Amino acid sequence: MSLVVENLIIDHGAIRAINAVSFSVPTGKLTAVIGANGAGKTTLLRGLSGLKEIKSGKATWNGDSIVGKKAENLARAGIMHVSDGKSVIAELTVKENLALTGLWRKDKKDVAAATEEVVSLFPILGERMSQSGGSLSGGERQMLAIGRALVARPKLLLLDEPSLGLAPLIIDQIFNTIKKFVTTMNLTVVLVEQNAMGALAIADEGVVLNLGRVVAVDSAENLLKDPAVRAAYLGY
Amino acid sequence: MIKLITTILTALTTGAIYALMSTALVLVWRSTRIINFAQAGQAVLSTYVGYEITVRSGSFWVGVLAAMIFGALLGAVIDRFFMRPIFKRIKSGPILMIAPVVATLGLLGIIQSIIGFKWGLTYQSLAAPVSTDGYNLFNRVIAFSPFNLLVVVFATVSMLLLTLLFQKTNIGLALRASAHSPEIARLSGIKVDLTRTLGWALAGAAGGLAGMLYIPSSYLYPNAMDVLLVFGFVAAVIGGLESLFGAVAGAMILGFAISFSTSYISEKLFFPMAFILLIVVLLIKPAGIFSSKKSRRD
Repeated sequence: MSLVVENLIIDHGAIRAINAVSFSVPTGKLTAVIGANGAGKTTLLRGLSGLKEIKSGKATWNGDSIVGKKAENLARAGIMHVSDGKSVIAELTVKENLALTGLWRKDKKDVAAATEEVVSLFPILGERMSQSGGSLSGGERQMLAIGRALVARPKLLLLDEPSLGLAPLIIDQIFNTIKKFVTTMNLTVVLVEQNAMGALAIADEGVVLNLGRVVAVDSAENLLKDPAVRAAYLGY
Repeated sequence: MIKLITTILTALTTGAIYALMSTALVLVWRSTRIINFAQAGQAVLSTYVGYEITVRSGSFWVGVLAAMIFGALLGAVIDRFFMRPIFKRIKSGPILMIAPVVATLGLLGIIQSIIGFKWGLTYQSLAAPVSTDGYNLFNRVIAFSPFNLLVVVFATVSMLLLTLLFQKTNIGLALRASAHSPEIARLSGIKVDLTRTLGWALAGAAGGLAGMLYIPSSYLYPNAMDVLLVFGFVAAVIGGLESLFGAVAGAMILGFAISFSTSYISEKLFFPMAFILLIVVLLIKPAGIFSSKKSRRD
């Protein structure tokens, strides 16, 4: 039960965005993928969720290959990707946004239960149910995007820069909530972040990407102490 | 007074037919982001099928049902086996905006040629199920018949049903999500390709219904619905292309503008009025009357 990536190669036009990347994430663990802008972090997640074509290499979730699968089928198999920035449909209400991941699920009782859990995790969403997604603040949008993924009862969560463009106080709140539900829901998480400090603080392990290559894999604790990582990505 | 009433009723009737066509165009635009010029051909071919079934079964209603079902199937087949391969081959670049639209123009020509081969280029007439003689009002015959009333009722009911489908059902939510953000819909586990094909099918059915309601007041020939395509397109653009509400409202505005200008100014304004209205709207509010930056209506 884990995510295993081996020698993954993904091209972005003429550029090799992900170059022979290997790492693995054990079940129930949170792995932070950090790196500068353009390191290939977003491309990596888009490859894993089926949005971007994987050129070569292996990627398996619980032993099943995810290479060449359609994004909607991977989503239904429990791999939920919360893409970066405005991953909310502005024209739909908060309630409708949350309902999207429950549409295809057979167990409607559990969809209702999962929705309630999400609302208790992010109470502000409960107050905004009938508002349009476009009327939400940046932090609320991020909560809605994560909440929508959780309604599907995912097993593997791919989070792309949840801290992007948010105020420091909101970032802390989002990171704390992620830490909270990862432990209670036994989720496996790949958290892609430019905010290396915040991400490593809640992660079990870290992968450092630079120009499409893995330059370091270690426990989050060790990476936080590593002088090279500190100088390059933590800024002190 | 009689003239005013007649003008309003005519506006409602023509507006109702334009609304079905503009709805068909908007449904495809929302799901695929192209203007489907083949819509005129799909609708007229569906009407030919409806006409054949009407003649054979003796019932106009069976013909309407056949036209709608055939229209839906034809729309679905075109998307699945014609549009989808085209989109698959063209990944990006300016050609992505042009090629699929040109493809629908080619398809329009093909469909109309097929009709020519099968039914010939002559005019056929489709009998209306109810009287097309105008009602009597204050001892004068007005230009509004029981059939016109039926057109308005049918168009209204089908619009209401479509709105219910979009706003109140899970399929409708999937359709709206796929229209506004295919990527988020996909990541949420919605089969976007399937909802796109469903959008084409609904559009095809709306086109078939438009044909069956329009042709009894005109004639059936391969190009019979080309003018309706143009008017439906104008109505859809006036309404902002994005929303069903806008498509219907745009069609009604167009119906009223044409009816009033031809009745009170000159009959010659029938065709120019649509374009005058289009240009005025594009100059004042290019995104359509019912658009706003923050929210789109459905």
